[in-house]
Amino acid sequence: MHNLDAAGHVRGESQYLDDIPVQRGTLHAAVYGSPLAHGKLLSLNLEAARRAPGVVRILTAQDIPGENQIGGIVPDEELLAGSHVHFQGMPVALVLAETEPQARAAVKLITADIEPLPIITDPREAQAKGELIVPPRTFRLGDPAAAWAECAHIIEGTAENGGQEHLYIETQGAYAYPTDGGGVRVHSSTQGPTAVQRHTARVLGTGMHKVEIDVTRLGGGFGGKEDQATTWGALAALGAFVTKKPVKLVLGRHDDLRMTGKRHPYTSDFKLGLSADLKLLAYEVTFYQNAGAAADLSPAVLERTLFHACNTYFIPNVRATAYSCRTHLPPNTAFRGFGGPQGMFVIESAIAKAADELGVLAWEIQRRNLLQDGQVFPYGQRVEDCNAELSWQAADQKFELKKWQAEVDAFNQQSPVRKRGLAVMPICFGISFTKTAMNQARALVHIYTDGSVGVSTGAVEMGQGVNTKMIQVAARTLGISPKRVRLETTNTTRVANTSPSAASATADLNGKAVEMACRELRTRLLRHAAEDLKMNYEGLEIQDEQVLAAGKPAETNWEKLVSTAYWKRVNLSENAHYATPDLWFDQTQEKGHPFAYHVYGTALVQATVDAMRGTYDVDAVRLVHDFGQSFTPGIDRGQIEGGLVQGLGWMTMEELIYNQDGRLLSNALSTYKVPDLYSVPKVLDVEFLETPGHPNAILRAKAVGEPPLMYGLGAYFAIRNAVRAFRPDVRPEFSAPFTPEKVLLNLYAARESAAAPAASQASGAEASVRN
Amino acid sequence: MLQFYLNDQLVRPTLRAGSTLLDYVRYHQHLTGTKIGCREGDCGACTMLVGELQPDGAVRYQSMTSCLTPLGNAHGRHIVTVEGISQPAGLTPVQEAIVAEGGTQCGFCTPGFVMSLTGHCLGGQATDEAGRAAIDGNICRCTGYKSLERATDRLTAQLLERDAAPERLAWLVEQGFVPAYFQQMPAQLAELRAETVADVAARTGGQLTEPNGTETTVASYLLGGGTDLLVQRADDVLAAEVQLLYGHADRCFIRETPDGRISLGAATTVEDLRGSELMQRRFPRLRQHLKLVSSTPIRNMATVAGNFVNASPIGDLTIFFLALDAELTLQDAAGRTRQLPLRELYRGYKQLNRQPDEQLVEISFRPPAAHEVFNFEKVSKRTHLDIASVNSAARLRVADGRIQEAHLSGGGVGPTPLYLRRTSAFLAGKDLNPDTLRAANEVAQQEISPIGDARGTEAYKRLLLRQLLFAHFLEHFPAQFALQELV
Repeated sequence: MHNLDAAGHVRGESQYLDDIPVQRGTLHAAVYGSPLAHGKLLSLNLEAARRAPGVVRILTAQDIPGENQIGGIVPDEELLAGSHVHFQGMPVALVLAETEPQARAAVKLITADIEPLPIITDPREAQAKGELIVPPRTFRLGDPAAAWAECAHIIEGTAENGGQEHLYIETQGAYAYPTDGGGVRVHSSTQGPTAVQRHTARVLGTGMHKVEIDVTRLGGGFGGKEDQATTWGALAALGAFVTKKPVKLVLGRHDDLRMTGKRHPYTSDFKLGLSADLKLLAYEVTFYQNAGAAADLSPAVLERTLFHACNTYFIPNVRATAYSCRTHLPPNTAFRGFGGPQGMFVIESAIAKAADELGVLAWEIQRRNLLQDGQVFPYGQRVEDCNAELSWQAADQKFELKKWQAEVDAFNQQSPVRKRGLAVMPICFGISFTKTAMNQARALVHIYTDGSVGVSTGAVEMGQGVNTKMIQVAARTLGISPKRVRLETTNTTRVANTSPSAASATADLNGKAVEMACRELRTRLLRHAAEDLKMNYEGLEIQDEQVLAAGKPAETNWEKLVSTAYWKRVNLSENAHYATPDLWFDQTQEKGHPFAYHVYGTALVQATVDAMRGTYDVDAVRLVHDFGQSFTPGIDRGQIEGGLVQGLGWMTMEELIYNQDGRLLSNALSTYKVPDLYSVPKVLDVEFLETPGHPNAILRAKAVGEPPLMYGLGAYFAIRNAVRAFRPDVRPEFSAPFTPEKVLLNLYAARESAAAPAASQASGAEASVRN
Repeated sequence: MLQFYLNDQLVRPTLRAGSTLLDYVRYHQHLTGTKIGCREGDCGACTMLVGELQPDGAVRYQSMTSCLTPLGNAHGRHIVTVEGISQPAGLTPVQEAIVAEGGTQCGFCTPGFVMSLTGHCLGGQATDEAGRAAIDGNICRCTGYKSLERATDRLTAQLLERDAAPERLAWLVEQGFVPAYFQQMPAQLAELRAETVADVAARTGGQLTEPNGTETTVASYLLGGGTDLLVQRADDVLAAEVQLLYGHADRCFIRETPDGRISLGAATTVEDLRGSELMQRRFPRLRQHLKLVSSTPIRNMATVAGNFVNASPIGDLTIFFLALDAELTLQDAAGRTRQLPLRELYRGYKQLNRQPDEQLVEISFRPPAAHEVFNFEKVSKRTHLDIASVNSAARLRVADGRIQEAHLSGGGVGPTPLYLRRTSAFLAGKDLNPDTLRAANEVAQQEISPIGDARGTEAYKRLLLRQLLFAHFLEHFPAQFALQELV
């Protein structure tokens, strides 16, 4: 089945935030962001802006009727800067004008008197100065200190990864208007309607019941609209609340790029011990997360890094410590993978470094250490239904790893300028919100008297196809055609207290709730049928809209059944609540059972480097992925392909560059590059690994949103191997992304030093570029 | 009066000519299928088709990013949005292919892809490669493109049928690619043209400078394709009087002059250049070289002259033509003209050797002769639809193992696009061997002054220029060198 939203998309009829017809009198908002990354806000000069054409009102922190606070996990983030600014672009004032160009023009007339304070952009510096968002955390397994003595080889090093801009094509935005009784309704481009509702109510000093959030769909989210949509929703609501007029706030791309947080950059130290036969015996790792200026979701991201510190390998002795470091960058946030990719990059770097030093191929180490049932993760959960070996072996057989490696080696023998590299990237990713309480969802299902069905959930459609999945679940459970089912907007008045659409768990959680509600309705309808038609309830079912009794068509079908049930005063609505069973985590011990299940897979990645120019192609990615029992294979394949390419982008061309003043230099699509059509691998094979799935997965189809992103890490190591094919004496530092710049500097590193300095960020350049 | 067809409707907007087509369509016509992604031509979400009547009476449709299209440039043309190709019910074959292959996820970029592919079906070659090129200016953050490639390839077979049909447009209408009203467009645009023989600019708020000097008003901005000015100063352009290059047939030509030179009108677009048979004959690798310049919709809009006067130190066409020693014709408000070598156009960063009222009207150059070779190199973070970290061009004459003449240019290595005068002079008369090239690099390193910025550190740009300098020779004289001998 195709994505049911697709027809509207291709006709240009699907409605996004900026497409909502504006009401008469709507004011347009633009945000004045701090020009400095850190300082004391002494005064704000708004006079010129107030006199500018079309300007109706300018709001600052003083205009907030409630609490000036939008911090989710930690209350450390103001909506509008009060006495201090903490990052460049931090919202300071909101201009409301009759048109959007007028609002933008007025913003340019605002000046601020800010007393500069020291700026930190480096997480290690922040950690050294005690600037931590939350106390550090450590996961432990076995006794690494004792295990070093047993290790034949000990490898130490450092790995760094850059951030990543979400680059949803639809920028952030919200449209708010006053409602009857002193409330406000906000159309928000958010993954977390309840978060927008909660924080807006707090800012307005009113109850959550007076703030209604409605979401139709997002033009991409990827985590960037999980917590970070709150600012814009709350600002628009504030404007509407204060002026009693509709207020629309849609960020221009440049504002979106400089004002919002991104995937967290990390810098990490590792120490890896191996036995003589390449078994991983001990691993110590310290992660320094660049959290930016406020907590946002950083503590949760940090936690997921720790959960994924060993990727898909069993290491009996582990000590993993993580620091969330406060710097003066925009608060970094969720991004597909949510800290997992950062954790995996370090262990893969450690293995690559071990391979360099031991003179073996990295995959010889990887394959000897894959997780197996009965082992235990460093966080105490037992390994069950493990498909690490299965997916590796399937990939090995289908794609002939040894033969492929031999072909790459042979190519490199005869090709002096173009060099190839092959890398294997196996993954293991835990499914569930690691905050156990968030693993709950509700669904509200109405059957109308004509037999059509309306389904409301807490799930937000952002391209992942969750609408189609919910409709499939409802239609299958009720035994009717998907054409009868409509998925409603996500609205806080219909489904309350929702968890954000995140953690790959949206379809599982909301789908289970839909399934429960529809089961209850089916049972109710069939009990009615049994009574109405004097049939035995046992053996009644609905298939293809026909009621069957012991497999034979009965005297009624779906439409008649619904209609007669209504006249018998049967409740045709149901609200179901689902909470994932058996989850727990004890943070005092850092042990528990945080995940409903794990998703596995193995990717083989080949890259070719042009040693003349330092450019490269990722030629081929061939992977085997553990889908469980996919019931929407087209959508699920799309998630794999799209997630993989985002991962490739993060590892290759996507480079966020901040200068020492905390200013984003790659601040436009002309300087921040995401993969285009020509940069994706020519060969991209996705093989479905048939597994039984998991009972906690919706219809046994495993979650598919985040895991494939991590296959993209393979590109980094494939490029690195290709560089080493040209310069075997060079051991490139582990510093992602592997831009053409880093490739070229490594290819021509001085012979004696044998490792190029990592390309340092542009130091305080006046202009971001000379275009 | 500014007038054009927007889908099947004749419209007469009263907005300023320098406002964007995108804003007019979305906010004044409430046609919201066209999306806003970046407002700088880098994502393609706002792609529309722009149809223009050709001398043969047919309408040629090109994809353009409407965020950078000045409204005035729509004058007399047929502007097509996704609403203008959708049928009352059902899907067009392009839409159907995207749905069937899962080529849409969040859907926000999708109308742009639909329009680019519809444009491809209207006029593109029936090959997978041409189909993919048609969508090379569209960014999708969700799908990873493979599904869109599959959708594109699916259309190729259908387009082969199109090519076999007796009447192309009739076949496309019959197959549902576009609605029937498209068949009326050639006649309707012809009618529009007859009504609007007078100058476009005069009708759209700007003043055209007449060569006879009777008009002396100088507009604040002379707008070509809009691909630089509307990125850099959209708000200023919106507020200003503008003068439009569009519609000046006398500024849009590519021709060979009797003395063997090639002459280009200033309004010639990059795609005009790339599609020119004359240019392809003189530059056998032209299509590959210019494929590295931005994307299909931007090449459809951007002018050669605009690239020169934007004065970007990494302007691709500037670097290309510096190595060819192109000569410019500038014309002032009084209609007086003067000649200026492109190499002398730049005085400093974004500083031109040009009077405020002077316009660049013509570009002339001597194409490489049979015994000469020409090469263009560009390295950027992303190979396509990106701005160079460093680019370089070379025109070389080598005979009997000796470099007779060399002209090298380098971009991204100084405040202006550089003609590498000293390096070029150094190479002339030298034997073609690794020692010469290494020594030439030493000279080049002396005459460049790159800075570190978002496109690379200084060290990288220096190293990259060396590599590209070597690449010119290795591309054309592979038998004489191995890379390893040079580095």
